[in-house]
Amino acid sequence: MSLMSEFSKGIIKENPLLRLMLGCCPALAITTSVENGLGMGAAFTGVLIASNMAISAMRKIIPENVRIPVYVVIIASFVTMTDQLMHAFTPALYDSLGIFIPLIVVNCIILGRAEAFANKNPIIPAIIDAVGMGIGFTLALVLVSSFREVLGAGTFLGIQVLPESAPAILMILPPGGFITLGCLLGLMNKLQKKAA
Amino acid sequence: MQEYFIIIISAVLINNIVLSQFLGICPFLGVSKKLSASLGMGGAVSFVLVLAGALTWTVQTYILNPFKIGYLQTIAFILIIAALVQFVEMAMRKYSPPLYKALGIYLPLITTNCAVLGVAIINIKKEYTFGKVMVHSLSHAAGFTLALVLMSGIRERLEDADIPESMRGTPIALVVAALMSMAFLGFSGLI
Repeated sequence: MSLMSEFSKGIIKENPLLRLMLGCCPALAITTSVENGLGMGAAFTGVLIASNMAISAMRKIIPENVRIPVYVVIIASFVTMTDQLMHAFTPALYDSLGIFIPLIVVNCIILGRAEAFANKNPIIPAIIDAVGMGIGFTLALVLVSSFREVLGAGTFLGIQVLPESAPAILMILPPGGFITLGCLLGLMNKLQKKAA
Repeated sequence: MQEYFIIIISAVLINNIVLSQFLGICPFLGVSKKLSASLGMGGAVSFVLVLAGALTWTVQTYILNPFKIGYLQTIAFILIIAALVQFVEMAMRKYSPPLYKALGIYLPLITTNCAVLGVAIINIKKEYTFGKVMVHSLSHAAGFTLALVLMSGIRERLEDADIPESMRGTPIALVVAALMSMAFLGFSGLI
């Protein structure tokens, strides 16, 4: 039962992007198409699961004083692996995500979960927590990118949904990212208040 | 000479690191409530960004490339930046307490600032020479400070504005950022 709540908290109640405001940089930069959003979400979730697992497994042997540098090195190793794998198997996605793959290292969500959850809990809950958070972040990315792709390019996952003359190019340019995320956050606040 | 000029204009205005590259959004939203704080953060980031640019370029050119271990780039760079931030913090506390007092609280935050790592990686990707790396890092630092200071000026005034309750705080800040980034889009015709 409690495992279930570890899993579900990352999706709505503590959604890393929409509730905790973590990981904004990739959320704004790569959400120009749903495909990018999904790809980034998958890469991110993979790194988060692996690092949470490793840190949780080593939590008793990592000295307290140097824990942050150790976490950073562990995370950086997994990011490097993801980077190499994506370069080899999904070259198109790799090109469109660009420097935001190595930048997963400095994504505050991963370090935040390591510090707040993985170093205090056994492996199984740590993995579940990572899966929940990863899905929550991916869903948020997909949500932001659906708005931007439909309004900005008139397509959804590459399929034409709006007439070709309709799209507002602005939405896939940088300002569109800011405005979409801003409005979504406002909406989340409003819904939260109604529910409470 | 002209080449350097183009790098400066494009890094400060056209490809502004915050408003069009989306790097360093966290401090941009978090520390932009007061003008004085945003100047402090801008100063601290600029300092680390330029030093990190020089160091990472040196390591990439003289260690990673000759030994063909370029795939260790991410790990090497993040360690350099973390060590550098720690070192700058210690040096500042010892030799310049007033500066430490002004910038000190922002320093630890910079390790996880994607602007620093991002610029370091872009420097390598564009295969700049050392001189260009310095100019490029400096201009991105100036662009970051510019965006932060402009934003805090606007946000100080937003405090008094009558904003719908659910939009207060970060949501309205993002909408303001969108308007600023639209204005910066206008620079794209410069070059």
